[in-house]
Amino acid sequence: MADRNFNATRLPGFTPIALIVFALLYLPIVLLVAYSFSGGYSVSLFEGLTLEWYRKAWENEAVQSATLRSLTIALSASVIATFCATLAALGTTRRKAFRGQTFIYVMINQPLMVPEIVTAVALLIFFASIKVATGYQGLGYLIAAHSAFCIPFAYLPIRARLEGMDLSLETAAADLYATPWQTFRRVTLPLLGPGIIAGAMLAFVISLDDVVITEFVKSGGQDTLPTYMMGQLRRVMTPEVNAISSVLLALTVLLLTAFFLLTRKND
Amino acid sequence: MSDAEKARDTATVRTSWLLSTPALVVLTFAASGPLLIMLVYSFLTKGQYGNVEWVFSTEGWRSILYSEDIFDPGVFVWADAHLTIFWRSVKLSLMTTVLTLAVGFPTAWFIATRPPKSRALWLFLITIPFWTNLLIRTVAIFEVIRNEGVINSLLMWTGIISAPIQITYTDTAVFIGMAYVYLPLMVLPLFAAIDRFDMRLIEAAYDLYASRLAVLRRVILPIVRPGIIAGSILVFVPSLGAVVTPRILGGGKNMMIGNFIELQFGQGRNWPLGAALSMSLLVIVTVALLVYVRAANRESPHG
Repeated sequence: MADRNFNATRLPGFTPIALIVFALLYLPIVLLVAYSFSGGYSVSLFEGLTLEWYRKAWENEAVQSATLRSLTIALSASVIATFCATLAALGTTRRKAFRGQTFIYVMINQPLMVPEIVTAVALLIFFASIKVATGYQGLGYLIAAHSAFCIPFAYLPIRARLEGMDLSLETAAADLYATPWQTFRRVTLPLLGPGIIAGAMLAFVISLDDVVITEFVKSGGQDTLPTYMMGQLRRVMTPEVNAISSVLLALTVLLLTAFFLLTRKND
Repeated sequence: MSDAEKARDTATVRTSWLLSTPALVVLTFAASGPLLIMLVYSFLTKGQYGNVEWVFSTEGWRSILYSEDIFDPGVFVWADAHLTIFWRSVKLSLMTTVLTLAVGFPTAWFIATRPPKSRALWLFLITIPFWTNLLIRTVAIFEVIRNEGVINSLLMWTGIISAPIQITYTDTAVFIGMAYVYLPLMVLPLFAAIDRFDMRLIEAAYDLYASRLAVLRRVILPIVRPGIIAGSILVFVPSLGAVVTPRILGGGKNMMIGNFIELQFGQGRNWPLGAALSMSLLVIVTVALLVYVRAANRESPHG
């Protein structure tokens, strides 16, 4: 046998299966984007290219207000989540294990473990009674809920960045008579920057994508882009939904590419 | 340890807690705390128009499995409709886990054995769907399998079938959809495990006259087992709690536990039952996670 050409790591059938998996993974997404540019809708795929559905979505007032609301929530939630996560990451990394550390970890990662529907229902129950008691119906509930489930997503990259950081620079700053605040402001924070930005971007994407928790927490007339789409799907599929999906998709890919470039530089 | 060192340690611990406080407050207010309130609600009486009356009752928990006979009050029978929903959820989640493992393993293996440069690209290609909106991906797969979708159009155009095959609004559609949306969750931990695997072990096994199947079973699988367990948990847990995918692809009929919980807070108007169901789902998920943690700890000495 030509053992020279024999690659031990190659298992029969694995490569074709993998390539088929990649094709199947992307085919529906590519089709979705293609549909959004297609003039016809039903059987035939392409009845000419058109931007009609994008124009319709753009001019739709419900879509406009949902977009604005989605962005407001995602921006507020990612800022709050990133702020909390940065402090928590500073408090839980690069130090001796202490009592209660596991508790803090479990609390921070809890949103990753509890099924979304369970959190959604619990928030509905809790916020419903607050809404009755205070009469406040605003976006605050959604921002609070989103901030909470975004914290672990912001925390992970920040913590990873902190753990990979060189302690000697901070020690050097301290040796040169910098106050702890100066050291933090001038040394730690700039070094931590890419991790914080990466965490904020993940939090933003996660908030922008949420359907289930938002549906349960929102008051009347507080549709976000995903819940608006969900409502449209209840009736009949329209290419308008495809157009909105394609825009969201492009935004996600853009943010992810930026995220990878940001985190890769660190290695 | 001197007193000064002790004092410094105490101070550090206090700073740790102080720095973690904002996160803990937000999470207690909008994630963990409400779970406790929900536990209380599961023991209350359901209100006429939704919500609850503050009267203690175990009705919510009991009606998970039993329902009162309409014609014979006081007689309790198995709630068949509920059991059907639980069985469908568990069955579909297990099927999804098995399918994603079967196709995810070769995919992860493929990525891990690429040269370093293209490996990053393949990994990125798996990560994009992972972060893409679940709703969008569900809509995408809906477009493919619906009656006027690509599959049916293609089959009809080639003349293989004369009428579209109804895939949407069936259990099969939910199964296909969940496997599609949760596949990246299987591939990523599998990749992490395979990536750490020392490929020279395979060559050693071949040198000792092991067959391909023996290599896979006796060398590769035991070492990448933590990745298999992690991937399976990561797919099984969200599948069991899935809401969006079964709602869009299964229509109103083919409910899973998530949709059933949702129903109790909508038309069902049975908040205590909804709360009890949510708590049950939480317990099942916690048990699954504990099993995972134990399995992962047991495996760790081997790498």
